[in-house]
Amino acid sequence: MNPMGMTMTEKILARHAGLERVVPGQLIKCRVDLVLANDITGPPAIVEFEKIGRPVFDRHKIALVPDHFTPNKDIKSAEQAKSLREFAKQHDITHYWEIGRMGIEHVLLPEEGLIAPGELIIGADSHTCTYGALGAFASGVGHTDAGAAMATGDTWFKVPTAIKVELTGKPSRWVTGKDVILTLIGMIGVEGARYQALEFTGPGVASLTMTDRFTIANMAVEAGAKNGIFPVDGATEAYLADKVKRRYAAVAADPDAEYAQTVTIDLGGLTPTVAMPHLPENVKPASELNHIAINQAVIGSCTNGRLDDLAQAASVLAGRKIHPDVRAIVIPGTQQIYAEAMARGYIATFIRAGAVVSTPTCGPCLGGYMGILAAGERAISTTNRNFRGRMGHVDSEVYLSSPAVAAASAVTGHISDPREVMK
Amino acid sequence: MILEGNVWRYGDNVDTDVIIPARYLNTADPQALAAHCMEDLDPTFAGKVRPGDIIVAGRNFGCGSSREHAPLAIKASGVTCVIADGFARIFYRNGINIGLPLVELGAAVSEIKNGDRIRIDLGGGTIENLASGKKFAIQPLPGFIQDIAKAGGLINYVKGEKA
Ligand code: SF4
Repeated sequence: MNPMGMTMTEKILARHAGLERVVPGQLIKCRVDLVLANDITGPPAIVEFEKIGRPVFDRHKIALVPDHFTPNKDIKSAEQAKSLREFAKQHDITHYWEIGRMGIEHVLLPEEGLIAPGELIIGADSHTCTYGALGAFASGVGHTDAGAAMATGDTWFKVPTAIKVELTGKPSRWVTGKDVILTLIGMIGVEGARYQALEFTGPGVASLTMTDRFTIANMAVEAGAKNGIFPVDGATEAYLADKVKRRYAAVAADPDAEYAQTVTIDLGGLTPTVAMPHLPENVKPASELNHIAINQAVIGSCTNGRLDDLAQAASVLAGRKIHPDVRAIVIPGTQQIYAEAMARGYIATFIRAGAVVSTPTCGPCLGGYMGILAAGERAISTTNRNFRGRMGHVDSEVYLSSPAVAAASAVTGHISDPREVMK
Repeated sequence: MILEGNVWRYGDNVDTDVIIPARYLNTADPQALAAHCMEDLDPTFAGKVRPGDIIVAGRNFGCGSSREHAPLAIKASGVTCVIADGFARIFYRNGINIGLPLVELGAAVSEIKNGDRIRIDLGGGTIENLASGKKFAIQPLPGFIQDIAKAGGLINYVKGEKA
C-alpha cells in the first residue's frame, strides 16, 4: 500500500522532527529555527529559561522585540522592557532591537530576513502564525514553551489535520487580504480550524500580494488554527531575494495529501468586509454597515501595518479630511516602512488629512496605550481582534476591516465601503 | 488526584482578553494578575472565588492571545481545574505547561450549572456532579502529556531530560 502524501505542514514538521513522515495526531519533538518573545511574554519566558539553568541554545536563533508597551507606557512596562534588554545584552542575542530601530514583531522579522520557506518558528505571541505567508511553519506558544525552547532549541507539537483553502478568481479593486481572511472566518467560525492547519492554495494565490498573504496568515489563529501556510511561488521568492541570504528548502504539498476539509473562496466574488463586535466571525459587507458611526479609526498592527496597507489608506485620504468627530491613528509597522511611507508622501497625506501618525508599536491594538477607547466608544480598526474590551473600556466596540475601509470610514464618520468615498 | 469544588459557569469563546485584560499585562506576577481575573466578563469573580473552585465553560475556552498570564491568573485565583466543551490550542498547551488541569468534556458541560458542586477524579477519569448525581467519563491524556503533568509542568520536565 502506498502511504498518503503529506501536506506542507506535515512535511515541515517531519523534517524538524528528523522523521521520514508524520501523521495527524502524532506527538513529536521538533528542532526550532527561531524562537520569538516580546516585552510582555519575554520577561516571564526569561524567568522560566533561568530555572532550567542552561545557556541559550543559539544566540542567533532568538528574537526579542520590545513592541507591545514601548516606548515604555509606564514604570512597570519600563521594567519589563529593561529585563528584555538586559537579557539580550547578557546573552549577546543577535536579534534584539531598541525602539527607533524596532518594529511590530510580525512585520519586522520577515523584513529582517529571519524567516525563510520550510523553516519552523515558534513565538510567545499568538500571531506568530503570520510567517506562514512565506511557506514556513510558524505557531504561537506560551512563555513557558518559549523559555524552554530558548534553552533546548526544541519544542513539542501534536501534528494537526489540515483544512485546504482553495482560492480561485481575482480580487477586484479595494478587495484585500483582510477581506479574504474575514470572509473565511465568517464561513468557518472562530473555532472552525481549532487544532488544525490552514493551507492556502489554488490559482487565486498568484493574484495575492505578499502583503495580502501576511494579513491572511496573521489571522489564521482567529479561526483557532495552529498555523496558516501559503505555497512558495515567484512572489515569495521576489520578496525574499534581498532579505534572505542563507540556503533554505521550500516544501510543497503532495498532490495526494490528505485534508480534513476543503473550503473554496472565489476572490472575484468578495467585497470589502467588516467583522462586528465581539468576534472576528461576525462579518458583514462594509456597505451594509453605513449606519454605524465611529469615534476612532486605527490603521496599523501586525495585520495591516505594511507599506501596501499605508499606500491603500493614503490613496483614500489624499486630498480628503478626517471627519470632525473621528480620531484617526496611523501606525507604520516598522521604521523602514515609516521611512518609505515618508519618502512616498503618505505620511504627509495622513497629517494633512488630520490623522495622528505614531512610531511603530502595538499600542492600541491590544488596548495598551496610544488610543484607548472610553465607555460607549466605537472604533474601526485594521487589527485582528474585536473581543470585548480589547481596545479599552469593556463597553467599547471594535469593528475590524482593511485599511481602505478604515480610511474611508474615517472620512465619512461612519463605516463605509471605499467605493462609496472614491466615486 | 481528586478535586472537589464549586462551579463558576461561563459560556462559549471566553477569550484571553476577558480572562486577563492587556491593561494588566505590565506584570507577570500571578497574584497581581489574579486580582483582575475574569474582570471584563464577570467583575464579581476575583472577589468571590474561593480556593478549590472550578471553572466550567463552553466551546473554545481561552481563545485569542498566547498570554500565559491567563492560565496563571486562573491558577493563582485558587481555581484547581477548568472544564470546557473545548479549549483553544495555545491556552491548552499553556495549561499543561504550568500544571493547571484542563478537562475537555464536550457537550456534556451542559449538564453542569453555575454553583453546582462537582468532584473530579483525574486518575480515575470521572467527573461527578454532586448536585445532580450525574457522572461523566474523562478522556485520558496522551502519555507524553501525562509525563509533563507528572513532572509538574514543562520546565521540570525539561530539567529532568538529558541536555
Ligand atoms: S499588533 Fe496587536 S496583534 Fe499584533 S503583535 Fe501587536 S498586540 Fe499582538
